[in-house]
Amino acid sequence: MPIEKFDILESTCVPLPIENVDTDQIIPARFLKATNREGFGDNLFRDWRYDKQGKPNPDFVLNNPEYSGKILVAGKNFGSGSSREHAAWAIHDYGFKVVISSFFADIFKNNALNNGILPVQVSEEFLEKLFEAIDKDANTVVKVDLPAQEVSVPASGISEKFDINPYKKECLINGYDDIDFLLSMKDKIEEYERNRTF
Amino acid sequence: MKPKTLFDKIWDSHVVHSVENGPDVLYIDQHMIHEVTSPQAFEGLRKRGLKVFRPERTLATADHNIPTKDQDKPIRDELSRLQVQKLEENCKENNITLYGLGHPYNGIVHVIGPELGITKPGMTIVCGDSHTSTHGAFGSIAFGIGTSEVEMVLASQCILQPKPKKMRINIDGDLGKGVTSKDIILYIISKISASGGTGYFIEFAGSAIRNLSMEARMTICNMSIEMGARGGLIAPDETTFEYVKGREFTPEGEEWDKAVEYWKTLKTDEGAEFDKELNYDAADIKPMITYGTNPGMGIGITEKIPALDEIDENARKTYQKALDYMGFKPGESMLGKPVDYVFLGSCTNGRIEDLRAFASLVKGRKKADNITAWIVPGSRQVEKQAREEGLVEILEEAGFELRQPGCSACLAMNDDKIPAGKYSVSTSNRNFEGRQGPGSRTLLASPLTAAAAAVTGVITNPADLL
Repeated sequence: MPIEKFDILESTCVPLPIENVDTDQIIPARFLKATNREGFGDNLFRDWRYDKQGKPNPDFVLNNPEYSGKILVAGKNFGSGSSREHAAWAIHDYGFKVVISSFFADIFKNNALNNGILPVQVSEEFLEKLFEAIDKDANTVVKVDLPAQEVSVPASGISEKFDINPYKKECLINGYDDIDFLLSMKDKIEEYERNRTF
Repeated sequence: MKPKTLFDKIWDSHVVHSVENGPDVLYIDQHMIHEVTSPQAFEGLRKRGLKVFRPERTLATADHNIPTKDQDKPIRDELSRLQVQKLEENCKENNITLYGLGHPYNGIVHVIGPELGITKPGMTIVCGDSHTSTHGAFGSIAFGIGTSEVEMVLASQCILQPKPKKMRINIDGDLGKGVTSKDIILYIISKISASGGTGYFIEFAGSAIRNLSMEARMTICNMSIEMGARGGLIAPDETTFEYVKGREFTPEGEEWDKAVEYWKTLKTDEGAEFDKELNYDAADIKPMITYGTNPGMGIGITEKIPALDEIDENARKTYQKALDYMGFKPGESMLGKPVDYVFLGSCTNGRIEDLRAFASLVKGRKKADNITAWIVPGSRQVEKQAREEGLVEILEEAGFELRQPGCSACLAMNDDKIPAGKYSVSTSNRNFEGRQGPGSRTLLASPLTAAAAAVTGVITNPADLL
């Protein structure tokens, strides 16, 4: 089953200059009781986004009409903690296609890629420049070019290359899915099982 | 032959295929599932028209959202009940063994795997839960995965994974009074930060690790994810073999001898290379407690919360935000601060030794009036053993009651939620904002430190009560 394809995205950004945003903040455990993948976006960053009475917290960036877009720009060590893929589903369901940070937790990175979300890891200096640009002008457009592995701000001319596993890059660009790939390996897997000596 | 690390030996022997410039196809010996992160994976299989490839290699339990009271009655919360029902249906449809609610083997997935002898040295183990790293204590490669990856394993018994980097952390020397394995791991995380292990698989070694029991080793490996590591592992030794022997799913007779012979080869060769190596002295470790909102924000219980000028300038805003959430000030002492709740349990510290440690300290003392305590065994077998050993009487005499097993207040998916603004000294693994309930304030500590808070009502150095 193909996943959504990704090549080049140009969008405004939502800035979240907080470090160590863990998956419990992205989607609190009490919202993990669903048995399907849809609808988690409503509770994305729930406890920062809404107060105890469920009223939107005006100080939180998702409630600030100035900021919108398909790119979330977040502080260092994004997605730490629980392995819940619901965090990636919530980000995807809300409408983000890219998360930019200077550091990602491993499991979150895999979960994001498996859901067609591109985690873009940049240097701390570049992240700082991005936050400054967005702070100055909420309409700053950021371009994420996966084939060229480059993230840039066309208006100001700043850019940086980013790393991605070549296999995962190919999957995203072509919409390939890991399970289809693994199913194509069935013969090898069965051969491994037969030949095991320990 | 080039010397190899323990990690390399296990990983390399499970590679079915290496994708050029890409990840490895890694064979998974044991898959574990629970009610919260599996339903979407089964749904995915159904949509593809697939059956589970090797159902005998998957084990299921209900643990994350279940109540810790009245487990013989239907689950009251509708969504939780549906999730548990869904797990039952999925397991039945796919011939997967389920130790569901009420089964004598039911319990937290990372507690029952080892106690049933399912977890063994040299295995690859995955589960849709980040604390799967627990099983690394047996000298296995065990790590948490997302639901798409759960689906991969159900479909093919394999996972696509890039090989992580390798780190070794050596802890040598003797532990001081009141210092436990929980303190060792909180100490390490406080030194290298909540992201210091990201990208690595960590081998824990050194005399202080060798001297630990299996359960204490599990606590260490359990929290390796809290420094961002993919997982942690410890080379198997006599302590490991002794623990594994004679359990429900442990091989016997000739098969056992053969297994042990193989397991004895599972150690890092002299001269094997690590990408990073760190050394700590066990004598430097004090009973630990966290004061902030990630597990790296921990100090010795007698120390002061770091002052602002000790924090890197760029990190001060995040640091202050964490302290504001906790209601603490930079430079303050933790000792004597009032506590509202004490939680003993979770896959980190919900085993029999943890209950014994807690009971040993509260024995002959009384629960403080201001404390609400939740003592939650990690499994039905732990609960049974606690009764047989007379721990329940000791606890009850001191004013505590034993609840029924489950993940409980560690992630507060069920009714065991710490109210907003309240302080909870917790033996679990995460002190994130709202982790134990919206607005809850978590202080991570060992079972001994939790017991000391439970009987004094304030943060207390357990060494003073021993």
